[in-house]
Amino acid sequence: MQSDQTGVLPPHPEKATLEGRNKILGLWFFIASDVVLFASLMGTHLALRGSTQGAPGPQELFHLEYVALMTFILLTSSMTSLLGIKAMQRYQFKQMQTWFWLTVLLGLSFLGLEIYEFYQFVIYHGLGFETNAFASSFYTLLGFHGAHVTFGILWVVTLLIRSRSQGITTYTAPKFYLFSLYWHFVDVVWVFVFTLVYLMGKVG
Amino acid sequence: MSTHAVKRTSVSLQQKPSFGSVLWDWLTTVDHKKIGIMYLAAGGFFFILGGLEALLMRLQLMYPENTLVSGTTFNELMTMHGTTMIFFAAMPILFGLINCIMPLQIGARDVAYPFMNALSFWLFLFGGILMNISWFLGSAPDAGWTSYVPLASQAPSGMDFYVLGLQVSGAGTLMSGINFMVTILTMRAPGMSLMRMPMFTWTTFIASALIVFAFPALTAGLFLLMFDRIFGAQFFDVAGGGNVIIWQHLFWIFGHPEVYILVLPAFGIISEVVSTFSKKRLFGYSSMVIATILIGFIGFMVWAHHMFAVGMGPIANALFSVATMAIAVPTGIKIFNWLLTMWGGRIRFTTAMLYCVGFIPSFVMGGVTGVMVAAAPADYQYHDTYFVVAHFHYTIVGGVVLGIMAALYYWWPKIFGKKLNETLGKWNFWLFLIGFHLTFFVQHLLGLMGMPRRVYTYLEGLGFETGNFISTIGAILMAVAALIFVINIIYTHTRVKEIAEADPWDGRTLEWATETPVPFYNFAQTPLVRGLDPLFIEKTQGDGKMKPAEPLGEIHMPSPSILPILLAFGIFIVGLGFCLHSFFDNKWISYFIVFIGTVFSLLMMMFHSIKEDHGYHIHPNDYTNKGVGM
Repeated sequence: MQSDQTGVLPPHPEKATLEGRNKILGLWFFIASDVVLFASLMGTHLALRGSTQGAPGPQELFHLEYVALMTFILLTSSMTSLLGIKAMQRYQFKQMQTWFWLTVLLGLSFLGLEIYEFYQFVIYHGLGFETNAFASSFYTLLGFHGAHVTFGILWVVTLLIRSRSQGITTYTAPKFYLFSLYWHFVDVVWVFVFTLVYLMGKVG
Repeated sequence: MSTHAVKRTSVSLQQKPSFGSVLWDWLTTVDHKKIGIMYLAAGGFFFILGGLEALLMRLQLMYPENTLVSGTTFNELMTMHGTTMIFFAAMPILFGLINCIMPLQIGARDVAYPFMNALSFWLFLFGGILMNISWFLGSAPDAGWTSYVPLASQAPSGMDFYVLGLQVSGAGTLMSGINFMVTILTMRAPGMSLMRMPMFTWTTFIASALIVFAFPALTAGLFLLMFDRIFGAQFFDVAGGGNVIIWQHLFWIFGHPEVYILVLPAFGIISEVVSTFSKKRLFGYSSMVIATILIGFIGFMVWAHHMFAVGMGPIANALFSVATMAIAVPTGIKIFNWLLTMWGGRIRFTTAMLYCVGFIPSFVMGGVTGVMVAAAPADYQYHDTYFVVAHFHYTIVGGVVLGIMAALYYWWPKIFGKKLNETLGKWNFWLFLIGFHLTFFVQHLLGLMGMPRRVYTYLEGLGFETGNFISTIGAILMAVAALIFVINIIYTHTRVKEIAEADPWDGRTLEWATETPVPFYNFAQTPLVRGLDPLFIEKTQGDGKMKPAEPLGEIHMPSPSILPILLAFGIFIVGLGFCLHSFFDNKWISYFIVFIGTVFSLLMMMFHSIKEDHGYHIHPNDYTNKGVGM
């Protein structure tokens, strides 16, 4: 457990400095813009999801049990990152590290399941990126989400390694807080992907 | 960290730093004023480039069946002219002005993220370079600045440079938008409430919000186009189940707010200049703010007025028609407020003010034709004719460019420390204004006579000869005016010896409270703002100097860094790698370049995250001035 030079620990180390507050506000604006990006890709997918051109469509491809497992894992990772932040605000560095490493593990599991799912589509159903407009828009939307997850994992691993010897300070706290905000956003996007792509694909 | 400060001041005390250290200083700078100057310089370069492209097109169209350039070259010139002017000239010049002036106007020492500000600039520059190297690699983009599919998804390799060039520079633009929004929300001096912000700051804020919400739609569209072109996706290929209208929607969801991203800061400039040179407070300040917000808001609900001829059906056309016409109301409020600011004022017709006075009727004409093309049934007649070309040049040149010119004459003494020559300025203004109307007014008539846009030539005897000839003469006049502006800059910086006064125009806002040249920390003490037009309040009710809001103390400054240019370069390499996919028989060579660029960029990001950097502090003894400003 570490403190800043004054020895007094602020209750919210992530918002104790102007730099920290600025970064948090900026990330909210970034999230706003990312919402538009994902909305554009989802709109494109909704417009093109019927264009299977005779190839297997959502009905044959999707297995809701499998996707439910992915959803469960990703949403749980959102919870572990939240618990990481709660530990950070109590200045419990070890617990914080544990929760964030657990988040990394869950994120990696999600990615593994997603890659395996794509592998199944390509190998057993012959659904490549170029097959039809449905496939292009499906892989693009899911790919963008997966890329966000990958970037988030690289991000938090970098933070965990760089702050090993520093602990929680008003300099490192905003960095973790930003990651957790981003991670929650990526999970919320998945909720919409699950609803609009998988659920509506099955029943729509 | 105090060693840093000592080093910094000792550099300024030496007579002449070496060329290498000056270059290093500019490459690593995170100072908003220097980044602003680099934006202005790079934007000015691209403006000349886009202007030459326009001049070549006008010379080709001067006579019927002219053979100065081929049809292919004309298509490339047309595409590059539009894209360059919008993304690499108008926006960067505005960003330059915003960077130089907005932090001063709100009494801040820098923007919220100085590092990211430098990154934004280098991304824009590398994006512009990436797009323009296509000229040397076979073919330039040639599907129009709107790049409608399927033409754009099947066009030759030049289009890849359009897609990736815009993608790289667009990332920088988005970062700037976020940066300006956060700066304005959190970095204002004590006492400067939102409703005391200068209009230029307000319009910057709204334009930045538009960037944040509009640019991702372009990003998405460009990704789809890129995937179709490079990875064989089927988004825009009807045979594979694709739909070409998706591109038009995504492009215009970005494209229409883009128009307001350009023109809102110009509105802000006009408000500042008109108020200063009429020696009056801006008329209807609150209504100006509300009108700006309304324009930004409605600007998102009108994109499909670019698609009336697509066949969306009468209900959609009617809705977008009405929404578009509604924008004329807040814009009209602004026009009347400027006129009423001048009404009864003590007007000084400096070059900056002349540009504002020229702006008002020119922009109103663009607005009136805007309402004309917004009427869907009439638009079936105007669509894809020179009438539309005339309309948007009246809004972009008559609005944005005249506003930018006013700003350059107005803020030049603050940014560059010298006042531009007023006599040359007046020649510059009159030639430009006359040349502009000569070029574009006849294009309305050509359009009504049926001349289609984007054609590289026309037949004799259709009645288009006179109009096109006049239009080309006007374009030459505009080129001469631009040349006079360049001469004015060279004259000012070689012949004029005296440094401009800190407040040469009897200004009203905080940027004029700083000394000239502005010290790198802007304000030794943050000023206390007592109302709208804070400097004018101190001039009339105080002793003419801003009151400090804090005691004299150490100032925290961000440290310079070479990482922004390296990171932007890495992303440039990624873009270049994708652009080269059709140049190699083995695609994996280009993917290898992409991989190298990606790894390099990620390493730079990680390095920035890992490197501990708390900036440095300057001690009050190292200030060049004491107190708030002057």
